[in-house]
Amino acid sequence: MTTLDRFLTGDRVALAKVISFVEDRSDGYDRVLSRIFSGGKTTYRVGLTGPPGAGKSSLVNRLAVLLADQGLRVGIIAVDPSSPFSGGALLGDRVRMQALYGRPEIFVRSMATRGSSGGLAAATKDVCVVLEGFGFDIILVETVGVGQIELDVASVCDTVVVVFVPESGDAIQAMKSGLMEIANVFCLNKSDRPGAERIKAELESILDVHRQVRMVAKDSPPPWETPVIPTVAIRDTGIAHLWEAVSQHRRYRSQADPAGFRKARARSDLVLSLTELTHERLERTLFESDQLNLAVEQIVSGRADPYTIAHQLFDSWRRS
Amino acid sequence: MKKIRVLLAKPGLDGHDRGIKVIAAALRDAGMEVIYTGLRQTPEMVVEAAIQEDVDFIGMSILSGAHMTLFPEVLRLLKEKGAGTIHLFGGGIIPDQESVELEKQGVGKLFGPGTTTEEIVTYIRSVAAKKKQEPVM
Ligand code: B12
Ligand SMILES: Nc1nc2c(ncn2[C@@H]2O[C@H](COP(=O)(O)OP(=O)(O)OP(=O)(O)O)[C@@H](O)[C@H]2O)c(=O)[nH]1
Ligand SMILES: [Mg+2]
Repeated sequence: MTTLDRFLTGDRVALAKVISFVEDRSDGYDRVLSRIFSGGKTTYRVGLTGPPGAGKSSLVNRLAVLLADQGLRVGIIAVDPSSPFSGGALLGDRVRMQALYGRPEIFVRSMATRGSSGGLAAATKDVCVVLEGFGFDIILVETVGVGQIELDVASVCDTVVVVFVPESGDAIQAMKSGLMEIANVFCLNKSDRPGAERIKAELESILDVHRQVRMVAKDSPPPWETPVIPTVAIRDTGIAHLWEAVSQHRRYRSQADPAGFRKARARSDLVLSLTELTHERLERTLFESDQLNLAVEQIVSGRADPYTIAHQLFDSWRRS
Repeated sequence: MKKIRVLLAKPGLDGHDRGIKVIAAALRDAGMEVIYTGLRQTPEMVVEAAIQEDVDFIGMSILSGAHMTLFPEVLRLLKEKGAGTIHLFGGGIIPDQESVELEKQGVGKLFGPGTTTEEIVTYIRSVAAKKKQEPVM
């Protein structure tokens, strides 16, 4: 019996091995993915993103227990950054996920970004596909601690929860672009801390302005109203509300445009796979070729410019 | 590309975590992916995390004197759960003759106070070089 066969019978050791195979981009990983691919019709992906230390892991810890207690199977992907210097990583999200042991409905996997800069690893979307193929009902994806521009989670997940804290005052001003636009639900964690009320009011007024701007645009479906949910992850407070908000967004998406929302993700997955495939092929053929070395010589000696040469090389590579 | 993945664990009630934090940083700087799970882990938790994370190594740090029960128990659970290929090793305050006894039972090398991080990195790399990857299908 192969590892993939064991995966298909529900073996968790095999699940972990298949994830590594895909994450490592081992030879034939895409064929494994195509065997596993289920379309994800019964799985829902929820992303949690936000600044470092906001409480993303602590929230995942609580949410997973809440969902598993309802009989749902929960797969978790927790991403932490790889060092750009050594390529190594310290993956510490599990430290805040101590309630998730000994529960057969829950599976936790830590991932390093391995060179990606969008807050997730390039393989995160594929690991979601693996978890979907294994039969999880909900996938929770925790991004690295982000600033404003790490927005990959929005193309990988169906609902994005942006987590912030009472100390995020200045960050909220900055958040007006980027994070603000991908948030479907705002979670104000650590609302046991002073300043929580004020920051909630501030954020709600910013959201109100956003809403008015969109109303003027007269979109056909009524726009989603991004809620702000206060939580205290360490005391398990507000978690059910948070999940209710996520569920409402899920209902909104499936009612507002049931086909469109699957299509959008299928398109972005396909584009990402194509980009990766092209890059990988280029790397294996053209980047290693004498042609490229020759071109470099020509540029250095002043006989050609890189822009013209790039076009020529690409066209001849495509024909070959 | 394959990365060496290492789970570092503090089992039992032992709160001495300086050593393991030093090692975690050193292994990261050596290009490895280190999963740290925090204090007060039971052998069951260590093995469950190691399986889900598909690590090549489990490094346990024990300065509490409980090594003669914790190492064999983790080893037993790994075999029981079908993860016997994971290499278990560690360090802390472990008398020499007990290290020898544990190594006889199948635990890898155990490192005491004063060990340099280079020694540990070299050890992990040499064990990793002998492991082969199985195909998935
Ligand atoms: C600092 C210290 C503390 C600090 C710990 C702070 C912290 N957060 O870590 C405090 C003050 C809190 C403390 C408390 C206690 N301590 Co104390 N402590 C020490 C001390 C002086 C140094 C430990 C240390 O940090 N070393 C520095 C690090 C870098 O070295 P290391 O941990 O040994 O790690 C190295 C190697 O062992 C190895 N290694 C370790 N783990 C791993 C894991 C892997 C995978 C690998 C590959 C290698 C490896 O590599 C590291 C690098 O060289 C030691 C004595 C000593 N000289 O070792 C006593 C010592 C460990 N403590 C001891 C005791 C008894 C206690 C207490 C029970 C009470 C007491 N009498 O003080 C409490 C228990 C606390 C608890 N909840 O567990 C005893 C343990 C006796 C035993 N096991 O037989 C010791 C040996 C002192 C003694 N001689 O009695 N302690
Ligand atoms: N006061 C308070 N502290 C909290 C709350 N939630 C989490 N914390 C603490 O905040 C710290 C960071 O929590 P994590 O869950 O690790 O945060 P994170 O966003 O996952 O952090 P990174 O993954 O490192 O970006 C921990 O010390 C938690 O115990 C909360 O609601 N209130
Ligand atoms: Mg975290």
